Amino acid sequence: MTSARWTQTLAAAALVLAALPAVAATTVLHREQSLYQNILVVREQDRLCLRFSLRRQERNQSCMDPEAPQRMVFAYTRMMVAVLLLDPAPQRILMAGLGGGTLPTALAALLPTATIDAVEIDPAVVALAERYFDFAASERLKVTVADARVFVKRALVREERYDAVLLDAYGGDYIPEHLLTREFLAEVRELLPEGGVLAANTFSASRLYHHESATYQAVFGPFFNFKTRQSGNRIVLARKGPLPPTAVLAANAALWREPLEPYGVPIDDYPELLDANVDWDADARPLTDQYAPANLLQEAGR
Amino acid sequence: MRSPAAGVATAPDPEAPSTATFLVVNGLAFGGGFAIMALELLGGRILAPWFGSSIHVWGSIIAVFMLSLALGYLIGGALSLRSPSLRRFGTIFVVGAALLYPLLALAEPIMAWTFAHIEDPRYGSLVASVLLFVAPTVVLGAISPYAVRLLVPSREQSGRVAGGLYFVSTLGSAAGTLATSFYFVLWFEIGTVVAGLASLLALLGLGAIVAPRRAAAAQP
Repeated sequence: MTSARWTQTLAAAALVLAALPAVAATTVLHREQSLYQNILVVREQDRLCLRFSLRRQERNQSCMDPEAPQRMVFAYTRMMVAVLLLDPAPQRILMAGLGGGTLPTALAALLPTATIDAVEIDPAVVALAERYFDFAASERLKVTVADARVFVKRALVREERYDAVLLDAYGGDYIPEHLLTREFLAEVRELLPEGGVLAANTFSASRLYHHESATYQAVFGPFFNFKTRQSGNRIVLARKGPLPPTAVLAANAALWREPLEPYGVPIDDYPELLDANVDWDADARPLTDQYAPANLLQEAGR
Repeated sequence: MRSPAAGVATAPDPEAPSTATFLVVNGLAFGGGFAIMALELLGGRILAPWFGSSIHVWGSIIAVFMLSLALGYLIGGALSLRSPSLRRFGTIFVVGAALLYPLLALAEPIMAWTFAHIEDPRYGSLVASVLLFVAPTVVLGAISPYAVRLLVPSREQSGRVAGGLYFVSTLGSAAGTLATSFYFVLWFEIGTVVAGLASLLALLGLGAIVAPRRAAAAQP
């Protein structure tokens, strides 16, 4: 090949690269069709991401910056940490939905005496979290491959209690409907001791918002809605017992400000964003085991 | 069953069923297919609160429905040997409907019992599916072979008649699947849909039981 041809080829390649920066910067490290979804592990720019490929688009489920593995890349992951505003030192934690394992790993490090049970339905997700995202189960951080509803029911039979339950089991495009019903939330509430906290990563758009809010309200009474501009998600923060006043939230935030710095969680900004007002259609029907068309409601617009 | 055309000399086939019988049997076959698949689809939702929605739960449900239908085909075939009639055909539907009602009242205690006794969610969901769905599904499985017997006029026609009935009942199954997953779960509670299916089967069965009497009464 002559040097002119080389120059031409390189120029053409450069054009293609310039036109498709996102494509060019993304490398697929792993592709797998698991029992429940198509999973991709990709490197994009400097980040390593776990993706569940979806009908409309591929959406990142969990991302990690290998240079700063502690830093939480996604707003919703950081927002879930707000659970510490309601209980600054939970000792027994249940996490439903593992993803890359960012949150349980962080909580295990932040709370050195806490025990964490992570439940994930898809064994492939657990394997990839371990292989690519530095997730490591331990004596204090156990992973169970199971359906979260079944795990919760079994835990109730064993009369176990969790100070904090974190729900991150709703995918962007498919919602396990039996994990979004009044009965399920009542079972979760039963797992909590007095003062125990539930944090759920959920939806902020579509008709589902109203039904889902009504469902949480029916089980927990007033709860905190936590939304930020950076995220399309909202975090539901509910408590068994009355919600703490803002002064308590602010005090807990002050307690956690420094430890959370390496994670990039602006915990100080959170207390004033927790909103206990009813901003949904109060007539919306709560979802139950008998009536749970969550996916159809999510498809329907606001 | 004697068809009205039996005595007519120009009738090409003395055993051919009347148009009314043809329509009634096909309508019932459609309704039976509709109910079977609607029920199977709801099975997943009924089991999910106790056994989750892992892939093995669907495996249990589908296997139990297949085995129940298989058994039902044998039973329906055997029943068709003994003086087959539209009235007895309708009775199959009424019995199937009656066996759906316990599902409404007993599903929760049955699943709670299974959950308490079987730790493994694979076998838990399998046993619960057996306890909940075998009885009505076996009975509904008897519909197809019995319907074939009612409509087959001769050996030459048997394949065509059977094919036509499978077509209609499978079309009913497709309709039941879509109607349930697209609309019923959005409009009604699960228990309401099951009650609706039971009522549909009961009405179809009673219709088939009453229709021949009315036809006979109308004759001079």
